[in-house]
Amino acid sequence: MSSNYEDRNRGYNGDEDMDRGRPMQSRGGRRMHRRRICRFCIEKADLIDFKDVRLLQNYIPERGKIIPRRITGNCAMHQRMLAEAIKRARNIALLPYTTD
Amino acid sequence: METPRQYEVVFIIDPGADDDEVIRLTENHRQIVTDQGGVITKSESWGKRPLAYEILHKTEGTFVMMEIEGSGKEIAELERRMRVNDRIIRYLTVRVDEDRRRAEKFKARRARKAAKRPPSRGGSSRGALAPEFAAADENGES
Repeated sequence: MSSNYEDRNRGYNGDEDMDRGRPMQSRGGRRMHRRRICRFCIEKADLIDFKDVRLLQNYIPERGKIIPRRITGNCAMHQRMLAEAIKRARNIALLPYTTD
Repeated sequence: METPRQYEVVFIIDPGADDDEVIRLTENHRQIVTDQGGVITKSESWGKRPLAYEILHKTEGTFVMMEIEGSGKEIAELERRMRVNDRIIRYLTVRVDEDRRRAEKFKARRARKAAKRPPSRGGSSRGALAPEFAAADENGES
């Protein structure tokens, strides 16, 4: 299973991606549209494992917070599973609660 | 009796413990579980890893993961023992059978849908992509 995660690591690439995800105001006052897709739906992930630190790390930037789904584009079900997995990983010190 | 429950238990052993002690502790826990009528289906050690944050002023620890099948009684006993043991600095138990069953259900539903959709209709780009996804899915499952 673990070998596949190498090419999965496209989930979150720092702040640059974050800005793009935000609905930008164009001059006309209309919202910029960006199609967002749930990566887990594409992968057909039925389970998100809390032990898979490499995958989960994509969803916690430096500060250690979980990236909201309005930015990642995950579907509700998978965001819920992801959040659960991250919280479990935090509990056993695989991921930090906060960093500074 | 109802179907046995499946659990995943991860615990962190004090980094001061040497290999012998780690093995002894793991063996001990195994004994506790089997005494209570549980079955250990998998047991693996991840070795020493850094902790994401300090626990009891420690920055690393030895991680051990076990998969246990049983009624839940052995988990209660195991957790009690781990709580008392000060060489165990953290533990986490997760019940996994329900989630796994749900995952199986999703998988079955997908398979049914894929079977229902005639492959000849694959003129659209979506249909053309489907087999590729199916292959990826098989690799992705543990």
